[in-house]
Amino acid sequence: MSTSDLAHLSDSLFTLAIAVYSVALVSFCGEYAFGRKGRVGQTVSARSSATTTPAVERAMAEVGAPRGGSTSTGTRADDAEPREPRSADPSAEHARRTNGALASTFGRAGITICILGALLHAVSISLRGAAVDRVPWGNMYEFASVVGLVGVLSFLAVLIRQPRLRYLGVFVLFPVLVVMFLAGTVLYARANQLVPALHSYWLAIHVSAAATGTGILMVSAVATGLYLIRTRFDRLQAAGRQDIPFPVSLGRRLPLPDSLDRMAYRTAAFAFPIYTFGIICGAIWAEAAWGRYWGWDPKETWAFISWVVYAAYLHARATAGWRGKKAAWINVFGFASMIFNFFVVNIVVSGLHSYAGLN
Amino acid sequence: MTAPPEETVTAETTPAALSTQPAPAPPGPAGRSLWGRARQLWRRLTSMRTALVLLFLLALAAVPGSLLPQRPLNPTKVDQYLAQHRTIGPWLDRARAFDVFASPWFAAIYLLLFISLVGCLGPRIRIHVRALRQPPPRAPRHLSRLPESTSYAGPDDPTVAAARAAAGLRKGRWRVRVRVGDEAGGVVTVSAEKGYLRETGNLIFHIAVTLLLVVVAIGKLWSYSGTILVQAGGGQSSSFCNVVQQYDSFRPGPMVNGSDLAPFCTTLESFTATYDSDGTARQFTGQITYTDGISGPTHSDALRVNHPLRLEGLRLYLLGHGYSPIFTVRDPSGRTFTQAVPFLPQDGNFTSQGAAKFADARPREVGIDGVFAPTATFPNGILTSTWPAADSPAVAIFVYEGSLGLDSGAPQSVYSLDQQQIASGALKKVASVNLQPGGSVRLKDGTTVRFDGVKQWANLQIAHDPTQGYLLPVAGLLVLGLLLSIRIRRRRIWLRCTPMAGLTSPAETPGTPGARTGGERRTVSEDHPREEGPGPARRTTAVEAGGLARTDAGVFGEEFERVVAGLRGTPATAAEREAE
Repeated sequence: MSTSDLAHLSDSLFTLAIAVYSVALVSFCGEYAFGRKGRVGQTVSARSSATTTPAVERAMAEVGAPRGGSTSTGTRADDAEPREPRSADPSAEHARRTNGALASTFGRAGITICILGALLHAVSISLRGAAVDRVPWGNMYEFASVVGLVGVLSFLAVLIRQPRLRYLGVFVLFPVLVVMFLAGTVLYARANQLVPALHSYWLAIHVSAAATGTGILMVSAVATGLYLIRTRFDRLQAAGRQDIPFPVSLGRRLPLPDSLDRMAYRTAAFAFPIYTFGIICGAIWAEAAWGRYWGWDPKETWAFISWVVYAAYLHARATAGWRGKKAAWINVFGFASMIFNFFVVNIVVSGLHSYAGLN
Repeated sequence: MTAPPEETVTAETTPAALSTQPAPAPPGPAGRSLWGRARQLWRRLTSMRTALVLLFLLALAAVPGSLLPQRPLNPTKVDQYLAQHRTIGPWLDRARAFDVFASPWFAAIYLLLFISLVGCLGPRIRIHVRALRQPPPRAPRHLSRLPESTSYAGPDDPTVAAARAAAGLRKGRWRVRVRVGDEAGGVVTVSAEKGYLRETGNLIFHIAVTLLLVVVAIGKLWSYSGTILVQAGGGQSSSFCNVVQQYDSFRPGPMVNGSDLAPFCTTLESFTATYDSDGTARQFTGQITYTDGISGPTHSDALRVNHPLRLEGLRLYLLGHGYSPIFTVRDPSGRTFTQAVPFLPQDGNFTSQGAAKFADARPREVGIDGVFAPTATFPNGILTSTWPAADSPAVAIFVYEGSLGLDSGAPQSVYSLDQQQIASGALKKVASVNLQPGGSVRLKDGTTVRFDGVKQWANLQIAHDPTQGYLLPVAGLLVLGLLLSIRIRRRRIWLRCTPMAGLTSPAETPGTPGARTGGERRTVSEDHPREEGPGPARRTTAVEAGGLARTDAGVFGEEFERVVAGLRGTPATAAEREAE
């Protein structure tokens, strides 16, 4: 196969991966829609709650009380099986069970399709690499594609530990699809060679670390966003609001805030050293390519800003008075700065990192 | 500043608090006296909240540095900006917004952060060293209230059971303390702790950040860098020696003495660039010869992008390249002047602009300005280049005669003629012509201007930073500390061994399941096989175990289970029973 055939095949697989992810997204939507109201009880895995304290648990039970039904059952972490108030009406009970089974089927299908999509996506990226005979992350299109794949993979990795968060797939796949759509349309660049400045093995190391960090931080941002929705939902519900508007109303079926917060922290804490490593590699490369290890190039400046914001997030989460909502907002800012660094700095601001591959 | 990024457990369940953070000092009579006020200020500065706010300010302060043009990066753009924004521009300039990273307010933020960091590190190190020497704390009263807890019965008396458990824990590299007689009724407790490396890593990370700043600061003081444009092909215009006067631009650190730069000379012997089929550059190579030291031998080397020349005292980079068209002017008296003048590339195909000045030509000085294209086409009669290599070069030039204005003393750009001289009529346009190599134009006064051909030029950068080599190990330390502080969990296990008369049955074990509050419980006492049947009263032990981790993961639960299962060690117990 010629290199242009490889490139074409890579492009086709990229489109196919988008299609397959979309199907998985629909499937996850199905699971989310048919999932039980009281599934919060299920989603707190028994293991992860082991670190929660009685006080926190009491709080959970209190907050969860109106949600689970008439009692606080189903919100207790040590309930392996969610105990929901049995409905007196047998047909309603039947419907509830059918819906539960349906949700589970949708979820399993979603995860299978999602894995298939990730495989196609990975093959697409590899073929791109084969077509251009270099690492396949040399321009914005390729970088965005890799970030999307890392996002999906890190979500799958989270599921290994917390399988019950599966139905959050819809929230992870949505941003991934947005990124891939943008990559395939606005950011698309034909398979091509790179400028001499990029002919370095540091391209493989520095950019892959940046892409991996970004992808994982995307999942962290999703978890934090959901955490904010969930806490807001709880607050509105506790205040007795009946008509909770759309994005917040999603909170009805989200996992407990604690669980989401932990997912956000763990992913961010995992990604932070990778991102740090990426920046250090960037400095080493910059020293070889541009004659200085740090020069406040716009890209460097924004990498610095993101790094400082994420450092603040990790610290805030261990500081009394900053835990919870405030820390969550810092995480949101952190990812916002990453997005800015990718789109605005690459396309609008001119600097040394002008490798967008856009004309 | 140095609080570990980790979950903390509420005080309710941690009778023996795990926190290594310095406890907030009680609001004493301080605040009255000056000393007290200073202490309070210091405490506030080194508090975590202040550090967080400073971190935010730092991030925020960096934003204008990326959105506004910056003098050190691009002075021309700053001038443009100032010309376009007449009202806000000067104010921004006064606020040092065009040199953010050297501005006093940016320095104020990072210096405060730095002080906060250092002020926090000291106590943290002291506390950690003390923690490293202290035994693990006493067992809390209600082990069953800990996030992890279980209970089981053991065959031996508490002392033996505790000793064996302690040995098992030590083998697992736990730090262990057995306490006998602390509690009434013959109760023996075992306290074990692990994961001190978390705090060690945390401290390493913050020390590394501090060191990084110090090393960078020292480097800034004694470092210098400068650029020089040299023509390829050897000879005078291809050579450069490391003295301040020869630089096109020179940026020294405050402590650099310009008179004793490292002795170094280099010559660009040749320059080659290769291009892909679509015109993107594939590689640039500059062949150089150089001498290092006052009278060293001549070496040769190839400079490429990403491949600088690294010597003991300095580094040499190939930063950019372009073309120098060569012009020969023959004045009416027959004297000839030849110059290769660097033109600045304007686009990816090296359509370049520049000017040549022949101040020695008589009767009038001759000036040339115009456009050069390495591969020329004339769409709509305007010279543009379609290819970056010099396949069919051409120039489109205006020739001027008169006074160039060089002797006025005012500095002039080497890339353009003085527009004032033209406007005033001192310099008159006498010809406008497109030339290919060898082509010439004859002016009315008999002067001829010939376009001879083209040379390549390269932009070299010399950099010197005495501390740069130390940065990499410090950065490595930083990542190592980060990994340790994030991946390792500090965790504790306690065992309380209570004597029991007679044999055990599940119901007799303390810490009855019903009383438990948190987490998933594993009742494990029933799988302790008893073969002997009811016999004489033997001293046995009821063991209560509890565990606590400052962790975000539920992972400690698995480890706790594994460790406790290992400690119960049914096979070992059976063997011992046999021995008895």
